[in-house]
Amino acid sequence: MTPRELLLAEAGKRILLMDGAFGTEIQRRNLSESDFAGDLNLKRDQRGNNDILSLTRPDVPERITRAYLAVGADVTSTNTFSANRISQADYGAEHLVREINIEAARIARRAVDDFIARDGKPRFVAGAIGPTNKTLSLSPDVNDPGCREIDWDFLVEVYHQQAAALVEGGSDFILVETIFDTLNAKAAIMAVRQLERELGREVPLMLSMTLTDLSGRNLSGHTVEAFWHAVRHARPLTVGLNCSFGAAQLRPHVKALSEVADALVMVYPNAGLPNELGQYDELPETTAELLREWAAAGQVNILGGCCGSTPEHLEAIGRAAQFLAPRTIPQIEPATRLAGLEPFTMAA
Amino acid sequence: MTSANASARFVNVGERTNVTGSAAFKKLILAGDYAKAVEVARQQVENGAQIIDVNMDEGLLDAVEAMTTFLKLIAAEPDIARVPVMIDSSKWEVMEAGIKCVPGKPVVNSISMKEGEEAFLDHARKCMDYGAAVVVMAFDEKGQADTKERKVEICERAYKLLTGMGFPAEDIIFDPNIFAVATGMEEHDRYALDFIEAVAEIKARCPYVHTSGGLSNLSFSFRGNEPVRRAMHSVFLYHAIAAGLDMAIVNAGQIDIYDTIDPVLREACEDVILCRRPDATERLIALAESFKGTDAKAEKEAEEWRGWDVVRRLEHALVKGIDTFVVEDTEEARLLHARPIEVIEGPLMAGMNTVGDLFGAGKMFLPQVVKSARVMKKAVAHLIPFIEAAKEEGARPKGKIVMATVKGDVHDIGKNIVGVVLQCNGYEVIDLGVMAPWSLILETARKEDADIIGLSGLITPSLDEMVTVAEEMKRAQMKIPLLIGGATTSKVHTALRIDPAYDGPVIHVLDASRAVGVASQLLSDTQAAGFVTSTAAEYTHIRDLRSGKDASLLLSLEDARANAFKADLSEKAPPPLKPGVHVFDDWNLADLVSCFDWTPFFRAWELAGVYPAILDDEVVGKSARALFADAQEMLQKIISEKWLTARTVAGFWPCAREADDVIVYEPMSMDGKGSPALDTSVGYFRHIRLPFLRQQIRKSRDRANFCLADFIDPAGDWIGGFAVGIHGIEPHLERFRAAHDDYSDILLKALADRFAEAMAECLHQHVRTTLWGYAPGEQLTNEALIREQYRGIRPAPGYPACPDHSLKPILFDLLNAGDNAGLILTESQAMLPTAAVSGFYFAHPESQYFGVARIGRDQVED
Repeated sequence: MTPRELLLAEAGKRILLMDGAFGTEIQRRNLSESDFAGDLNLKRDQRGNNDILSLTRPDVPERITRAYLAVGADVTSTNTFSANRISQADYGAEHLVREINIEAARIARRAVDDFIARDGKPRFVAGAIGPTNKTLSLSPDVNDPGCREIDWDFLVEVYHQQAAALVEGGSDFILVETIFDTLNAKAAIMAVRQLERELGREVPLMLSMTLTDLSGRNLSGHTVEAFWHAVRHARPLTVGLNCSFGAAQLRPHVKALSEVADALVMVYPNAGLPNELGQYDELPETTAELLREWAAAGQVNILGGCCGSTPEHLEAIGRAAQFLAPRTIPQIEPATRLAGLEPFTMAA
Repeated sequence: MTSANASARFVNVGERTNVTGSAAFKKLILAGDYAKAVEVARQQVENGAQIIDVNMDEGLLDAVEAMTTFLKLIAAEPDIARVPVMIDSSKWEVMEAGIKCVPGKPVVNSISMKEGEEAFLDHARKCMDYGAAVVVMAFDEKGQADTKERKVEICERAYKLLTGMGFPAEDIIFDPNIFAVATGMEEHDRYALDFIEAVAEIKARCPYVHTSGGLSNLSFSFRGNEPVRRAMHSVFLYHAIAAGLDMAIVNAGQIDIYDTIDPVLREACEDVILCRRPDATERLIALAESFKGTDAKAEKEAEEWRGWDVVRRLEHALVKGIDTFVVEDTEEARLLHARPIEVIEGPLMAGMNTVGDLFGAGKMFLPQVVKSARVMKKAVAHLIPFIEAAKEEGARPKGKIVMATVKGDVHDIGKNIVGVVLQCNGYEVIDLGVMAPWSLILETARKEDADIIGLSGLITPSLDEMVTVAEEMKRAQMKIPLLIGGATTSKVHTALRIDPAYDGPVIHVLDASRAVGVASQLLSDTQAAGFVTSTAAEYTHIRDLRSGKDASLLLSLEDARANAFKADLSEKAPPPLKPGVHVFDDWNLADLVSCFDWTPFFRAWELAGVYPAILDDEVVGKSARALFADAQEMLQKIISEKWLTARTVAGFWPCAREADDVIVYEPMSMDGKGSPALDTSVGYFRHIRLPFLRQQIRKSRDRANFCLADFIDPAGDWIGGFAVGIHGIEPHLERFRAAHDDYSDILLKALADRFAEAMAECLHQHVRTTLWGYAPGEQLTNEALIREQYRGIRPAPGYPACPDHSLKPILFDLLNAGDNAGLILTESQAMLPTAAVSGFYFAHPESQYFGVARIGRDQVED
């Protein structure tokens, strides 16, 4: 079976678990500048460059990955959220993008293969691609709404480089996550399409949007349904929501997506909202109870955590969802589904 | 007021942001004035464009640069960017550059096989990778398709190529080319008709695709003659939409309302577009001259409507979307009414209802409805200060109501009217406007300590959003009443979906006039409990009724057959005294009048009640008597002047039941041609299968799952059939129409229907007593006949006991109803003339009427 078929088969049996946060887990470890910098001799301060740890302190992402696998994660993501040329340029590390991604994928691959060897249960590596800190749809200059910092072709190239390295390192899927700009995601889809043609095989996509306001839109202004119309051509393996606010606020939007998407639905919210000190203090049981509701309503296939979540959160989520039936992928009537910021459907 | 289905049926693509279509837009772009150009796009969306077409194909422009600049700018305008974009260019590189700037899912307009299959498929594959729908022009290596055959052939070929490479069929929009007609060249005469016919054919052959067209070419020969162009466009759209056209690139200002086009001009346009006569072009050209100086004529017309009475003026302004005089007309109307609210509830609502009817009938288009809505808002805005002032000073509000059009919906006319009506009646209304997310609605209700929440919506998705609001109210443990209103909402939907989602009272409010009654009962100390309980009970009842219809309660066909009705076959009727086919060319009309069932006649005029009691009814008695007198007078003329002829045919054939089918043995003469040879023991028979449907609804204990075949003996039996037609109505209807006498027109049609029904009833009696003769001694009064107190039934194809219309052609064939009763069947199995009845005869004493209702897929396939 291909990884796509295998994941679909597993998702037909039960609700699967995605891992939890990397960023906040790394922060908890209070690493020093020399931990980040290693002996790479980079000119800039590397503190906060979480992704570079795959080269300088590979034990850190490996421990986190194994901790999530130990509590039942079926899908682990690579520690590569900012491992792209645009984001790494801020640390003067853009020349290391390929290496970071290959190493990160290898770390996850090794951990996953170890766990599979123990019990034979299928597990997967999702090569994580963040949104970069540039956007194709919005102007950085309030006085010039037509201005853009980057263009499509450049971003496709940036994504292509990262995706190719992640697959080379052993990723089963490419996870485009925290999508705040729908057009950025479309560029990522194009990059993966090109990669598939070069490799001569399918590279399944997982797409995860992030909402920036309570009415349910991302930063580029798309509603959940409009977003789905705009990316459905990718025939993604999963589509879903991550990050943004906590599970409580995501609820209606998970429901909306679950009704329209003929793909697996994967949701991994933050562990609530940060408190005034910027810390996440939602208890694992609280998060788990909120996510259990979606599972009980048949709205999700894969659950996990984003910022603030810990292996304890993931374990609680797994316990809460373990006996609940997974969502069945709905049959969607053929119709012309277009989108501006809002969806537009013409019955076929 | 307007139906969401109608709005989804036809899509207006705005064409003002197209340099090839709009000189004004071209000027702005060439001058680099993008700020104003963006405003053009905004206006389009405000005017009802559901998609905006952007085209920068102009020799003096760097089209790639202009396209990307403009698309990036409109992406920054949420009011514009909310609708999808159609990226329009003849050059692939311009479209590709455009796609790279458009988040969401755009339409690419267009790709074609002009440069061969390879380039076509390459572009299509890229569109798939980018995530765009495509317009495919009917254009191939040989050129643009002009005839119907070429249009269909090219589109079908493109369809096969595209779906063959995995392109989703639903993302294909075919443009089969609208060309200019009335050019004076004979070979152009069929262009419009070919387009219309091709649309229907393409949609039949290529499942899930849509069709589109650019309208402006059509009337090219009448450049400079706007009235004629507008009329041509409207007439063309009216017919093309009926044939299945899904979208068109139109200038909303360049279409008229079909019904208001000068009838002479409309007919001439119709002759040209539908290619109805060889001299159509000359006639339109000749006529066009008289419309050309239209500025003067339009002015004259304008003056003319200004002379009408104020109610008609308001209606005209609403239908035409003219806001110039609406404030002064509203003021005039206000002075004529005791209370300003009456202007809204009276003439303004009536005008909007006319708009709704025209829209529903496909005779008005969304942009025009939007204009009407604006006029309405302006009128209401004028009245509000007067309404406010009329309120008692310092009066305490009777209650606080939070109202909103739900998220995803921008329609607010209905909600605004309800708000005004409630305010006039002393309620405090907090209006959250349109697109209100549930979080805002709940938060406001909590903060303001509201007594009631009212939700409104016009489009179908709003129904789901209302359910979401209800669920969120439940989650927030709210208990205040929730009112549901708006064009797509219904009592049934409210009962089935919204009421169960919320713990507090949920009430569907049918229209603005009911809002005050509902609110006052809900907030009354004495009435609230009773009203809430009775509404809840009503909704529970609706749910119970519905649950009986639930698919899970359908029996399998096998189980339904096992529960078939077991007729006592020893009781079956004897063979007919007079088998074969009997024709009656001219049944005595006076005899038929004595068999009239008058109750449905009054129902046709929306007078409720049973004849003869209806004549003395307190409410409608007076109207019923007047109508009845007029009917009697017309009946005299119909009979004495022989306006109508009742023709009918009845036949009986040997048959046998086979499962749920009845096999009819039609006797044939020895040479194999049909003949009325009646000795059923010899000769050849043609076997004709009549498939009847069986009930599959789960029945309570004793009731069987009926099928008409249950009344027939598998070992051999008889079945009958009949058809009735009332002829000769047309010349009289024409006479009435010419005299603009709608009343007589409708009256005669209603009476003709009565004649047809009476003919069927008299014939059935004649069959029972004489032709089949199984009840020779039957003596029944007309009342008893109407109550069907006789033995045997005459179910009609298309009615509940045998809903399958496809039996009609078989029955007509058996009866030779065409020759014998002068009846014909249309493509949709309707009978002509329209005053007609046909059906089968079942003579078994236990045979009875029933409704097949819903059936399972297993039976459909069977």
